[in-house]
Amino acid sequence: MNLDERKYVLIGGVLFICVVFVLRLFWIQVVDQHWAARAADISERKITVFPSRGLIIDRHGELLVANTPVYDIMVVPREVKGLDTLGLSQLLNVPMDQVRERLRKAAEYSVWKPSEFEKQITAGQYAAISVQLYKYPGFYAQSRTLRTYPPHVGAHMLGYISEVNARQVERDPYYKPGDMIGVGGLESYYEKELRGRRGVKYVVVDVHNNIQGSFNGGEFDTLAHAGKNLYTSIDLQLQSLGERLMQHKKGSIVALDPKTGEVLALVSSPAYDPELLTGRVRNSNYRILQQDSLRPLFDRALQAQYPPGSIFKLAQAAIALQEGVINLNTGFPCNKALVGCHNHPYAANVEQAVQFSCNPYFYQVFKREVEQGAAKNRFEDAALGLAKWKTAMESFGLGHPPHLDLPAVKGGSIPGVSFYNRIYGEKAWSFSTIYSLSIGQGEVLVAPVQMANLAAIFANRGYYYDPHLVRAIGSPDSLNMHVQRHHTMVDDQWFPPLVEGMRRVVNEPGGTARQARIPGITVCGKTGTAQNPHGKDHAVFIAFAPMDDPKIAIAVYVENSGFGGTWAAPIASLCMEQYLTDTITRPDLMQRMLEADLIATEGNYTKFVSKRRKQ
Amino acid sequence: MSQRDSIWRNMDKPLVLMYLLLMAMGWANIYSAAYDPEHANLFDRAREYGAQSVWIVASLLIGAAMLLVRGEFIRNLAYPVYAFVLLLLVLVLLVGREVNGAKAWFGVGGFGIQPAEFSKFATSLALSSYLSGLKTLKEARSRVVAATLILLPVGLIMLQPDTGTALVSAAFVLVLYREGLSGNILLIAILAAILVVLSLIMKESVYSIPFTGTEVHGQYFLIFLLAVFCLLIFLFVRKFVLKHRRKRIYVYLLAVLLGSAAFISSVDHLVDRMPAHQQTRIRVLLGLEYDPRGFGYNVEQSKTAIGSGGLLGKGFLNGTFTKYKYVPMQSTDFIFCTVGEEWGFVGSAVVVLLFGALILRCIQISDRQRSRFTRIYAYCVASIFFLHLMINVGMAIGLAPVIGIPLPFFSYGGSSLIGFTILLAILVRLDAERLEVLR
Repeated sequence: MNLDERKYVLIGGVLFICVVFVLRLFWIQVVDQHWAARAADISERKITVFPSRGLIIDRHGELLVANTPVYDIMVVPREVKGLDTLGLSQLLNVPMDQVRERLRKAAEYSVWKPSEFEKQITAGQYAAISVQLYKYPGFYAQSRTLRTYPPHVGAHMLGYISEVNARQVERDPYYKPGDMIGVGGLESYYEKELRGRRGVKYVVVDVHNNIQGSFNGGEFDTLAHAGKNLYTSIDLQLQSLGERLMQHKKGSIVALDPKTGEVLALVSSPAYDPELLTGRVRNSNYRILQQDSLRPLFDRALQAQYPPGSIFKLAQAAIALQEGVINLNTGFPCNKALVGCHNHPYAANVEQAVQFSCNPYFYQVFKREVEQGAAKNRFEDAALGLAKWKTAMESFGLGHPPHLDLPAVKGGSIPGVSFYNRIYGEKAWSFSTIYSLSIGQGEVLVAPVQMANLAAIFANRGYYYDPHLVRAIGSPDSLNMHVQRHHTMVDDQWFPPLVEGMRRVVNEPGGTARQARIPGITVCGKTGTAQNPHGKDHAVFIAFAPMDDPKIAIAVYVENSGFGGTWAAPIASLCMEQYLTDTITRPDLMQRMLEADLIATEGNYTKFVSKRRKQ
Repeated sequence: MSQRDSIWRNMDKPLVLMYLLLMAMGWANIYSAAYDPEHANLFDRAREYGAQSVWIVASLLIGAAMLLVRGEFIRNLAYPVYAFVLLLLVLVLLVGREVNGAKAWFGVGGFGIQPAEFSKFATSLALSSYLSGLKTLKEARSRVVAATLILLPVGLIMLQPDTGTALVSAAFVLVLYREGLSGNILLIAILAAILVVLSLIMKESVYSIPFTGTEVHGQYFLIFLLAVFCLLIFLFVRKFVLKHRRKRIYVYLLAVLLGSAAFISSVDHLVDRMPAHQQTRIRVLLGLEYDPRGFGYNVEQSKTAIGSGGLLGKGFLNGTFTKYKYVPMQSTDFIFCTVGEEWGFVGSAVVVLLFGALILRCIQISDRQRSRFTRIYAYCVASIFFLHLMINVGMAIGLAPVIGIPLPFFSYGGSSLIGFTILLAILVRLDAERLEVLR
C-alpha cells in the first residue's frame, strides 16, 4: 500500500473545512439578515425625546393649561435580580399578583428592552419611591409630563390629551402607540402646534445596558422641538366667574370682543374640573362623566342648538328695514289673536317693538318679509320671500358653523325653501305655515356662540369678525391673528335705531331686561324666551356694553329657567361688569345667582364634582 | 557560514510570511477586542493588548532564535524536550495556579505560563522521532509506544482538567494514519461518531415499529433500522454474491450489527450518567435544545457578532457588539467574532483561507522532505493547525461544539503564541536543512 496517498485525506479535509466555513460565513454574514438584526436589536437603542407640550395662556398671561412632571416606573427584565416582590408591591402599591404578571408580560415583550411597569406616579409619590428604588435592580423611573390646569376651568374649550388609539396611529405615521394626542377643544384643534416634534436619539449600549455612546456619531439623531404655546383671548377672571355663575344650571355663556371677534369666555354648564381627565384617573372619571344624565361632557356653548326666541327679532327687524317692508316709524297693534304676547304699551315704532319685544309686531314684520307680492300665487310668493330672507339671515352668521378655531362647532339651522318643500311638498306651504319663525321659534336653531356673534354685530352696527380663541401661536409678539371681517346684508344706517331699542330693553321702563343694568355703564341687550316641549322655557339674553364703545358682546343661555330676564340677564350683567370694571358692585345679585340651583333634582353630577373639587 | 547553510536563504518564505501575516492580524484584533480609548497605547499593560504586544515580541525573538539552532540538535533533543514538558505538566498539577477551575498555570511575575501549550510541539517532536525510526506501524508494540507518547501528556492535561487542549491530541491520529495506521480505525471512528450523533438525536423521540404497533425509544429504533439494513444486505448478498464469499460477509454483517447495537446502548448509558451541564452542551450542539441564555448563549452571541459584520464588516475598532462585551471570552476562545464583526465576510474568509493555505503549505513541505523525521513533524504541524482551525472557528460559527481552545496567533495568551511559534520555527529550520539531511 502506498502510504503517500494518505496525505490526500488531510488535504481533502482541509479543503472541505475551508469550503464549508466560507459558505457558512457567507450564509450568516451576507445572506441571513437575522443575525445583523439581532445584533442591532440587542445593542442599539432608540431613545425618544419627548418635547414638552405647548402651554395655553389667557389674554393676560395667566396659565390655563400647564405641564407637570410624573414618573413612569420602567423595568428591564434581564436586569432584575433577586426581586423582593413583596417590597416592590408595597412600594408601588401594586398587588403581588400584578407585580408578577407585569414582570411576565415585560419579559414576554423583551428581556433587554425597558417596559412600562407602573405609569404616571405623581411627583409627590415619586419622592418617597425614588429613595428606595435602588434596591430593585432593573427598575428605574422615567419622567414625563402630564397636563395640569391651575385655574381648573375651561374643560370644554381646552379639551384634554389621551393616548392615541390604533386608528390614529394608522392614519398619521407621526404617532406611535403610547403617544399622547389632544382630544376635543384647543388641544385637538391645535394638536400639531402644541405637540411640537419628537426627537430621536440612537445609542449603543453594552451588555449591562449602559449607554456607551451615540450610534454612528449621532448621524440619525433628530432634535426634539418643544410644542408652541397658545396665547388665547380668554379672560381667565371672566371665564371663572362665568363657570361659577352657571353652576347648578344647564346652559352656556359666550363672551366676545366685538372689535376683534376674540372669544373672552366660553362656558358650558354643567362643567367639570379638567384635572379629572388627566393621568391615571382619566378613564374611570371619563366613564362617570359620560354616564351622567346631565351630560357634562357635552359642550353646550358650541354644540347645543336652541330656538333663539325673541333675540331673533333683532335680525328680523334689521332685514325688514333693509328690504323696505317697514320703516322706522312703522307701528303694529299688539294683536294677541295672531300670536301670544305679554301686556305692554303699543309699539309705535321699531325701537319700541324691540323694547317691548312685541310678538304680534314681528308676526307682521315677518309676514311682510315673506309676502312681498313678487308672485301672484301666495305659495310661490312665500317661497320667493323666504329665500331672500334666508340669504339675509345667513349674513348674520346664522345657519352655518362659525369659523371658530375649535373642533365640532355646530351651525344651527335657518330653514329655507327646500327645507319646507321637503316637509310639506312644493307650493304646499305659505306664511301661515312658517309664521313661528318670526319670533325665533319653530324650525330655526342657533348655537350660543352665534347668539353672542349676533350681539357683536349690533355692537359693531353691522359687521362681525370670525370668532376665535387663539391670538398668537408660539410667541405673543403679534397678538392679532388675521381674521375675516363679514358685513351683513343690512346697511349700517338701520342699526342705530335697533341699538337704541336694545338700550331701552335694559334701561327704560317697559324694557324686558332691567335686571341687566350696570351702574355707570350703558348696556344694550335683548331677552329671549324659547318654548321648549320638554319642560320649562329656555331663557336667553344677548347684550353688549358700553353702548358707544362696545368692548364685550355676550350671550347667556340658561335651559329650563323660564323668562329670559330672570336668570340670563343678571348673569350677563355680572359678567360684563366683571370684564369692564374688574369688580362686582352687586354682591347680593351675585349671591342670588350663585345659589340658584335649577337642576337640583337632576343627575348625581353635582355631588360628584363638588367631591372631586375638594381634593 | 556557507551559502548552503544560510537559514535566511533556505527557509520557506511563504510559510514565514503567512505566519507573520496571521500574527499581525491577530495583534490588530486583540487590540480592537480590548480597545479602550484611554489606554490606546499598544503596549499599555492595563489592557490585554499591552501584554499581548510583549508576548508577540517575545515570540518573534524565540522564533528567530529557534531558526539558528541546528536541526541535528533539535532531533537529538526531541525526547529530552518531551520529558521536560511532561515534568512541567506534573509540576503544574502540584504547584500551579488555579484559574477558572483548572490548574494549568505557572505564575511568572505578572504573566502566566501554560505548559499544556508546549506539549503540542514536544509531543510532535517525540512522535516524529519515534515513528521515523520505525519501518512499519503494524507491530502491536510500536502502536502501543506511539499511543503512549500521545496519551501521556493528554492524561496529565486531563487532570488539570483542560479538556480542550487534551482534545487537540486527536490531531496525532491523523499523523498515525498517514504513517500506516489502518484506515479502518479512522473509518470506524467516523462511523461511531455518526452513530453517536444519530442515537442522541433519535433518543429524544419515540417511534413506532411498522406493522407491529409497538412503540420504542429512538435508540432502539435505530438498532431496528440497522437490523433491517443488514437484512437487506444479507438478502442482496445471498442472491448476487458467489457462495464461497458469502460466509465472510455474513460474519462482518453480524459483527457490525452486534457491535453497533452494543455501542448505541453504551452511548445511551454513558450520556445518561454524564453531568447535567455536559448533557445540555451536547443537546444544544445537536440543535435539540434552544437555550440562548445558557450553554448555547455563547454561540448565539458569537453568531450574532459575526453575522452583524455583513459583507465588509463594521471597520477596525468599530465592532460594537464585541466591544461592548456581548460575547463572552471574546479575546480568547471567541476572538474570531471580532474578525467577523469588524472585517465582515471578506475579512473572515481571508482568515479562514489563510489558515487553510498555511496548513496545505505544511503538507506540501512535509511532502518534499527526504528526512522521515521532518516529514512526520511537518505532518504533525499541519494536523495540529487543522484541528485548531476546525474547532475554534467551527464553534464561533456554530458548526462545532464549544471546546475552549485558542485560534492560533489570534487568541489572547502568551503560552499558545509562543507554543505555535516554536512549533512553526522548528519546521522552518528543519525544512531549511532538507537538502543536507539524508536521514
